[in-house]
Amino acid sequence: MTQTPALLKRTPLRDVHVKAGAKMVPFGGWDMPVQYTGIIEEHRCVRSAVGLFDISHMGEFEVRGPGALGAVQRVTSNDASTLAIGQVQYSLLCYPEGGIVDDLTLYRLADQHYMLTVNASSIDKDWAWVTEHGQGVDWKNVSAETGLLAVQGPKAEGLVQRLADTDVTRVPYYHFVKGGVAGVPCLISRTGYTGEDGFELYAPAARLESLWSALMEGGKGDGIQPIGLGARDTLRLEMKFALYGNDIDETTSPLEAGLGWVVKPAKGDFIGRAAIEKVRAAGVTRKLVGFEMTERAVARHGYRLLKDGAEIGVVTSGSFSPSLERCIGMGYLRADLAPAGTEFDVDIRGQAHRARVAKTPFVPSKAKKS
Amino acid sequence: MANVPADLRYTKEHEWAKLEGDKARVGITAFAQEQLGDVVFVELPKVGAKVSAMKTFGVVESVKAVSDLFAPLTGEVVEINAELPKKPELVNSDPYGKGWMIVIKLANPKEWETLMSAADYEKLVASAGH
Repeated sequence: MTQTPALLKRTPLRDVHVKAGAKMVPFGGWDMPVQYTGIIEEHRCVRSAVGLFDISHMGEFEVRGPGALGAVQRVTSNDASTLAIGQVQYSLLCYPEGGIVDDLTLYRLADQHYMLTVNASSIDKDWAWVTEHGQGVDWKNVSAETGLLAVQGPKAEGLVQRLADTDVTRVPYYHFVKGGVAGVPCLISRTGYTGEDGFELYAPAARLESLWSALMEGGKGDGIQPIGLGARDTLRLEMKFALYGNDIDETTSPLEAGLGWVVKPAKGDFIGRAAIEKVRAAGVTRKLVGFEMTERAVARHGYRLLKDGAEIGVVTSGSFSPSLERCIGMGYLRADLAPAGTEFDVDIRGQAHRARVAKTPFVPSKAKKS
Repeated sequence: MANVPADLRYTKEHEWAKLEGDKARVGITAFAQEQLGDVVFVELPKVGAKVSAMKTFGVVESVKAVSDLFAPLTGEVVEINAELPKKPELVNSDPYGKGWMIVIKLANPKEWETLMSAADYEKLVASAGH
């Protein structure tokens, strides 16, 4: 058994979810909605209309002052010096040994002022990490007072625009503006974890319920539904977005995970750089691939990948894809077997089930690239 | 509240059984399918397979989880629901009807009396619920 509900942390909307009929589950120490009506229905709602997610469990750290950029550059793998004010960047915290502490999005709020958004289950670990390794600057953990909603889907832009007091249609992908949404002051970020166009809205925790209600009300005509963590997982899996703790962790190299594009050794030293460059020089021995099952059988985290009976890798994520109506997954596979089309077996409860390396994303991204 | 038909018997693993002469029809309960969420795959034994009371006879996969199926009774599988491979969602939409899984020819009809009554199962669900 996991933790008892009494020990779980709650977002400002926990009671709203319970009232809406959500099934609540423990996730990373939080009492979170896994589904409201059903994962498949919620998934399709996001792909075809618009869905609203409470992701206030995510953590937010701010760092500011003359040393802020230097501290961020030291602890993260991507090059923060290229960020304009109003821009967002996907990045990693890495260990000196080259494994991953966490993945995050980095916001440049002002000239010497940044925000890092980190995974809920990693907040304490990441906070200890950044404050230890980014010393001499002013770090602030604003996780508790910051609420976060994601509005995702083809009708997300129209909905947010109707409620916003600023032009959000001009905000490019991985950029943000500050503005009011339904009268609530927000950081309006054109980002997400679904492969759909949409926004993530950072708002004061105390105002989150009124923002949630306004979006639910304003999106009625669009067919808006609240979306739980279950569909959040199937949506991100269809895009082959990594989930920390499943697909990436302290034992995986960013290069194996296909995240070399957010590792910028040319920017100067950062924690993990030497170890990662060693891996780059030697070449990776395994790669994180997407695969599809050729029959209806679900590969789950931890299942073994086999070729002619020999172990060649391991499943890191797997589920049924509501968009493709096929079972898909992600896993680390021996590098020579990683090209799309390679066939192998997944050991599912002692039986070999055939799978094939797929081209990813499994479903084309509709995020607004600019 | 809970959907627990009075004419069925139950296991603590959330299967139901319906007596049909010397056979029993078996499926999972409304509570079980609610807990699982959207069912996407059901793995059943072949007709002719022997199953034993409270031993696994198959698995049910939902989007989120995989769960073993336990045979309520001992005997031989004489029928399986051929619709389920194509329409696993029947387990969600009609768990006591079209979502049935197997029919067992009972090796020991006295086992029936070891299963939980609807009233007892309702108590189990109530205590598991919250």
